[in-house]
Amino acid sequence: MNLGYTMKVVRIDKKNWVGDIENLSRSYRLFGPVKDDNFHRFEELDKDKLPDLDYFNTRLSPKSIVYPQSETMFEYCLDERKKDHHVMKEASKDYSQRAVIGIRPCDAAAFLLVKRNFDTPECKDPYWVKAYEATTFVGLACNNPHSACFCTTAGCGPFHEDGLDILLIDAGNHYFAKIITSKGENLLKAAGWDTKVDAGKEIESMKQNAETGITSFIATNKLKDKITADLFDAPFWEDMAFACINCGTCTYACPTCWCFDIQDEVHGCSGTRMRNWDSCMYPLFTLHGSGYNPRNTGMQRVRQRFMHKLKYYVDKYDNGIQCVGCGRCVSLCPVNIDIRKICNTMNSYEK
Amino acid sequence: MIEYINKIKEISERLLKEGIVDIIIGFRKGTMPMMNEPCFAKSPEDIKNLVWDSNCGINLANYLTNYSADRKEKIGIIAKGCDSRNIVNHIIENKIKRDQLFIIGVPCKGMVDRRKIVSIFEREIKEVTEEKNKIIVKSDGFEKILKKAEVLQENCAICIHRNPVVYDELVADLVEEQKDVDRYEDVRRIEAMPVEKKYKLFDDLLSACIRCYACRNACPLCYCPTCFVDESRPQWVGKSINPVDIRTFHFLRAFHCAGRCTDCGACESACPMDIKVRTFTKKLEKDCFELYGWEAGMSLDERPPLDTYKFDYPD
Ligand code: SF4
Ligand code: SF4
Ligand code: SF4
Ligand code: SF4
Repeated sequence: MNLGYTMKVVRIDKKNWVGDIENLSRSYRLFGPVKDDNFHRFEELDKDKLPDLDYFNTRLSPKSIVYPQSETMFEYCLDERKKDHHVMKEASKDYSQRAVIGIRPCDAAAFLLVKRNFDTPECKDPYWVKAYEATTFVGLACNNPHSACFCTTAGCGPFHEDGLDILLIDAGNHYFAKIITSKGENLLKAAGWDTKVDAGKEIESMKQNAETGITSFIATNKLKDKITADLFDAPFWEDMAFACINCGTCTYACPTCWCFDIQDEVHGCSGTRMRNWDSCMYPLFTLHGSGYNPRNTGMQRVRQRFMHKLKYYVDKYDNGIQCVGCGRCVSLCPVNIDIRKICNTMNSYEK
Repeated sequence: MIEYINKIKEISERLLKEGIVDIIIGFRKGTMPMMNEPCFAKSPEDIKNLVWDSNCGINLANYLTNYSADRKEKIGIIAKGCDSRNIVNHIIENKIKRDQLFIIGVPCKGMVDRRKIVSIFEREIKEVTEEKNKIIVKSDGFEKILKKAEVLQENCAICIHRNPVVYDELVADLVEEQKDVDRYEDVRRIEAMPVEKKYKLFDDLLSACIRCYACRNACPLCYCPTCFVDESRPQWVGKSINPVDIRTFHFLRAFHCAGRCTDCGACESACPMDIKVRTFTKKLEKDCFELYGWEAGMSLDERPPLDTYKFDYPD
């Protein structure tokens, strides 16, 4: 629930940070960025481990906290000496309350995009929904965006609040914490943060400063009015897709890519049914049982990824593009396929 | 090496104009620092965009397999030492015919490792340029000049075949090959380890692997229509991030590349998780060299040791 007008701000002294996190860890499973060689990654924090908030962003997105790369759904066992043998049972999971500390606003906004797919009136993905509902998102505003960030033209921004329960703003010796939802309010209590301040103006000016730090933009205004078939048949795909090696790195790193594949694995007389991330970049993704593959070439698969994010999604949900502008796919692609370039080309394409 | 580009453009333009080739495969400037994008050129307009510098580590031979399979076009391809050896591989493995290709040979001076540069610089890098043996790295208000020799890709630092092996025209005089290089110091170190230590090393090495297969897909050798890890009828390998399945993929892939790998480093440069996948392929490369005196892709007239038999081969 969004608290709307009652939104309040507290000040958190960095001197007390260690103790505050310790308080939180008593009632939450905590996740946060930790450094790993050149990069950061999100990880469940052991007791006494602090999230490293002196970071730009993690190499892979935090989507795995709610939606792991491999997730067991069911288990069975055929050993008659065991309880419940021959019964397919739901795998037990830990859905106790958890909090992600220091998630970037774009990545939090991405959960809302994914929610449109996993949590609808007609269909609720039980694993995703339960994990999502158990999670409190404590964001960290980006005071210094990177040059590959294009969030402000991808529907969010460095101080964006949608998808967050609390927004932390690093103000030197202290953080400001903007409480956005009742989930955030609860976390606030658990941490013991109660120094209310009136920092509206200061935050607003930091926000504007950060937004001017964004130097990379995309144009999406005309995507909706384009004729799908025109874009699909456009001549630029061959050139744009040539370099792509179809590795799927872009989709695995992306906070908004949601596709998965269901697999059964048998080990001796027990087995599991699991789901694993899948990617439209892989030929197997669309291979029919008959052997026919409707997306048999690399170009068709590249086209699918961008048409999905920048046209089909736009048309289906009428809520912007399926991208939050985190820039991960741009920086990680081994051959520099750049969604910004492709988006601008699609947006300005005239048949 | 940046001076090569004028000659590359001149040759490419001539080949297209005279109808000697229908398409040139090369690089154009990327949108990120230290990144170039493999591309094709069919028109004088495209030729203008071609670039050549120390960020052309991706192996262009990989793009021949996408192209040659069902196309009869004549292809002009820009090839440094390692690319040319992979082209030789393609030819002796009957993936493409020599006369379908016009090879524009580039005597190579090594490619830089962008990750090394990132870790040295420690700030966000905004621009990287190069001059002779120097790499100039810039951020807002900061600049650092690095010696190129210190930031080479690991495979380039130990490369002894920088000059193309086959070519139709060269863009510059051949370069002097590196001498007195110890190519296998790291492999010997691992060979000497006790089993448990090796096991731990491989485990740690692969712990970050997300099974995207960028390493495989960037590799010109990995052209199987269906890789064994993607085969689903029957399925040989599980698809989760189970460490045994991950190891299976890496070990088997390395064996599939035995006697074929040219140590071009494209796999490592493509891996988004910075995994040193050459650790595996290099061991087999060393074995092929020591057992059969074999270096992959050096000659169009000799069959590789693993698809032939000679009486004097060891068991
Ligand atoms: S766009 Fe880049 S990251 Fe994505 S599949 Fe293609 S090569 Fe891999
Ligand atoms: S498409 Fe790329 S920039 Fe957009 S959200 Fe996904 S990874 Fe980030
Ligand atoms: S391996 Fe040799 S030929 Fe290949 S890029 Fe490196 S130095 Fe050049
Ligand atoms: S490219 Fe890297 S992460 Fe991807 S499969 Fe290969 S080793 Fe694993």
